[in-house]
Amino acid sequence: MFGNLSRNDWLLVLGFAIVVLVSPWTLTPFGAGYPALLQKFCIFGIFAMGFNILFGLTGYLSFGHAAFLGVGSYAAVWSFKLFTMNVIPAVIFGVLFAGIFAVVIGFVSLRRSGIYFSILTLAFAQMSYNLAYSVLTPITNGETGLQLTLQDPRIIDNAFITPGEGLPQTDLFGIPMNGYPGFYFCAVALIICFFLTLRIFRSPFGMMLRAIKSNQNRMRYTGFNTRPYLLTAFIISGMYAGLAGSLMAVTDPLAGAERMQWTASGEVVLMTILGGVGTLIGPILGAGVIKYFENIFSSFNDRILEQLFSFLPDAAREVAVWFTGLFVGEGWHLTLGVVFMLIVIFLPGGIMEGLQRIYNRLGGGSGPGAGAPDTAAAQPAE
Amino acid sequence: MDAIIIQILNGLDKGAAYALIALGLTLVFGTLGVVNFAHGALFMLGAFCAVTFNKIITWPIQPPKAEGQLFAPPAKPWFEYAFGDLGASIINWSVPISILLAIPVMLLIGLAMERGLIRHFYKRAHADQILVTFGLAIVLQEIVKKFFGANPLPQNAPAMFNGTADIASWFGLTDMFIVYPWWRLIYFLFSLLVIGAVFAFLQFTTYGMVVRAGMRDRETVGLLGINIERRFTVVFGIASVVAGLAGVMYTPILPPDYHLGMDFLVLSFVVVVVGGMGSLPGAVLAGFLLGILQSFASMNEVKGILPGIDQIIIYLVAVTILLTMPRGLMGRKGVMED
Amino acid sequence: MTTASENIVLHVADVSKSFGGLKALSDVDLQVREGTVHAIIGPNGAGKSTLLNVCIGRLKPTTGHVVFNGQTLDQHQPHEINQLGVSRVFQTPEIFADLTLLDNVMIPAFAKRDGAYRFNAMAALSGQADIRTEAEEVLQDIGLLEKSNQIAGSLSRGDKRRLEMAMCLIQKPKLLLLDEPTAGMARHDTNMTIELLKRIKKRGMTKVIIEHDMHVVFSLADRISVLAQGRIIAEGTPEEVRNSPKVKEAYLGEAH
Repeated sequence: MFGNLSRNDWLLVLGFAIVVLVSPWTLTPFGAGYPALLQKFCIFGIFAMGFNILFGLTGYLSFGHAAFLGVGSYAAVWSFKLFTMNVIPAVIFGVLFAGIFAVVIGFVSLRRSGIYFSILTLAFAQMSYNLAYSVLTPITNGETGLQLTLQDPRIIDNAFITPGEGLPQTDLFGIPMNGYPGFYFCAVALIICFFLTLRIFRSPFGMMLRAIKSNQNRMRYTGFNTRPYLLTAFIISGMYAGLAGSLMAVTDPLAGAERMQWTASGEVVLMTILGGVGTLIGPILGAGVIKYFENIFSSFNDRILEQLFSFLPDAAREVAVWFTGLFVGEGWHLTLGVVFMLIVIFLPGGIMEGLQRIYNRLGGGSGPGAGAPDTAAAQPAE
Repeated sequence: MDAIIIQILNGLDKGAAYALIALGLTLVFGTLGVVNFAHGALFMLGAFCAVTFNKIITWPIQPPKAEGQLFAPPAKPWFEYAFGDLGASIINWSVPISILLAIPVMLLIGLAMERGLIRHFYKRAHADQILVTFGLAIVLQEIVKKFFGANPLPQNAPAMFNGTADIASWFGLTDMFIVYPWWRLIYFLFSLLVIGAVFAFLQFTTYGMVVRAGMRDRETVGLLGINIERRFTVVFGIASVVAGLAGVMYTPILPPDYHLGMDFLVLSFVVVVVGGMGSLPGAVLAGFLLGILQSFASMNEVKGILPGIDQIIIYLVAVTILLTMPRGLMGRKGVMED
Repeated sequence: MTTASENIVLHVADVSKSFGGLKALSDVDLQVREGTVHAIIGPNGAGKSTLLNVCIGRLKPTTGHVVFNGQTLDQHQPHEINQLGVSRVFQTPEIFADLTLLDNVMIPAFAKRDGAYRFNAMAALSGQADIRTEAEEVLQDIGLLEKSNQIAGSLSRGDKRRLEMAMCLIQKPKLLLLDEPTAGMARHDTNMTIELLKRIKKRGMTKVIIEHDMHVVFSLADRISVLAQGRIIAEGTPEEVRNSPKVKEAYLGEAH
């Protein structure tokens, strides 16, 4: 299990772990050093990393990945309601149910490729979303969302302790999962996921997935049954999403159907593309950047802008405030859309390609082929 | 029997909207080979053309206080103020009249979109096309949200179409047995007109002939020395206008808001896939078919047997069709087979 | 035709293939004996590539069967046919253009070793020394070893073809199908390819080769079948085919 990673890869994992674990301190000067935002980085990092195992390696663009996130959340909240507030079973249930869900959806959707695959996944996700809002209300609690209540059976917890006043908190064997402990739980999950992803990237299996993206026909005539490979990748990536969903419930024990909407699936696509499709670090970076700027930009309002542009003469200030106002606060999604378009048009390899280009220009690399395979610019999928 | 007729009728207007959007989508796909996720946004923009037009002509004006009056008269839409009864009836008819605004505006938007963005993505992978147009759709809807707010903006059909049509009496059945809102009927007829116009354009004009030839075999047409790209630009403009018109006329049925486009886009894509990528008759057929199916699925009798079926019927049909007939109902061989 | 059946590696038994109204192959019967190089020649549009497509499961015959090593391939998927020991070099090189040459050659070796599917996501590529060595040997053999870390898409057309051949050779197939392996190659590359094929021939691998270049055909083939308009019009040793008036009329007359 732990053998055979090269020394550099071990250093990479170690470096990554350190960066993640010290982030409460390093990110404080940037105004991001508080647990609610930090755990978002981790959760969406896991989501995007998992999505990348499918899209980045095989080129199959799923537009329905948010469904797995939602399933993970619902499963986790149910575990809190029925069994125990301990987060470990919740996470296991989240991953498990998302995995089962992915088996079903993947099995059907992977019978087609290209845009048809995208539409099939989209259709399944929308079905899940619509059903969660209507018929499945007993399971999902419809529009209100699934929440903890005082009447929850919580059989395991109640067998051992007398319930206290009010709603209980999620915990890890007694450590309450709010604030920094919650973040560190997510951080450890992220580091484990990173390690596993690195293993996949460096394995023959990962190589086969890349080969499928490059030329699926050749794979078939080379003796590979490509569908189980794709299905495995699909399930793994669905389980990552399920983990991310259950972690959301761990840090805030409620689950709503809007988490499954196709625009939510679009968001993870955005993160992956922004960071760099098919790269190891890129999707985590993309998730972090998007969640960070979402946080910053959304908090801007006209008053802050007025202050920001107070040095300008009145007329110019008004124009400046109006124009910037388009992109911040409520307009954050506009910024996101514009940035996304610019990335797809000018920098298809995302941030990682940008970094690679800068690195090459500074004379550090000797041509594009010099980087490790996972940092090479991703080829768009067929 | 009457229940069936009612459900068919109920499905028609939604089906008509699906058909019109899907028609443009598949036209763009068949000619330019581009998968346009921003097409729903064009539908939404069309709807907001109607909103804008209405806003412009109903801009309130405060008439001056006359001598001896205690209170100023209430504010009036300036069109009514300026043109009296004519102005009032123009306001009454603002939705259909805003077509006149929508056609040039949507054409311009379409051409600008093709020239400015889509053109550069002909040669890129379909995934890239999906992604960039998805980004564009977000941008467009957020701009609309900025200017028009997040709430739906109800629009009125002309007063004379507000009631319901007594369809049963036309067929000599019991009066008021089957009633149907006039505007929905108008919408259906309007969609037939637009669909007919698009088909006629492609079928009977030389321009359309070249476009159809280009859909079949772009390279050969290009070899004949015909500038197929320029014609395809126009096709994109037409698709944009069709989506826009569908949006304009839909406003009295469904109050438009900024995410109207996204809501319809997903369904329209499903419609295109069911009809067969690149097949125009397929898109129209599938549009109406799915609209009607959806309306049947929302019957209480059906929901009683299969709860929630109305929520997923379209997707279910799409999944079934995609798995059993990969080319859709009327798709051509060789279109996106890999 | 009289050889014992166990020596027949490939038997295309009365295969017909129609596309709509067009009959691309009609009642083609072909037997390829073990260890031989069997060339299929014929004018353009004669159905040569269709024949190979039927053999690897890309197309299903309308009537008739393909029998490989005594096994009928009707129900087999392409990857199963490959796993039985049939590899193919395509007319336009089918390689993994985004991956390095070494990866391109290692992948088929994995197919040979691990079968059609194996979930080894936790094994490390760097631990696959045996497969790597094997791949490097084949690259050496084919003269591309010094380029092994290049991205395959950047190769010249001739090199891509040789790479694809390496990808097939590493699987040590029982039957290798070559679709115009020298088309579009410069003379020098062609000669290298002939040398290579001769070397492989000594290893006793059975080959079916489609080729336009008669120089290549007559320097390699043990037997030649001539295909015209979907039918086999002649078959025999190179000498017999060269002297057959029917063939001269249908094919050689045209080519020269």
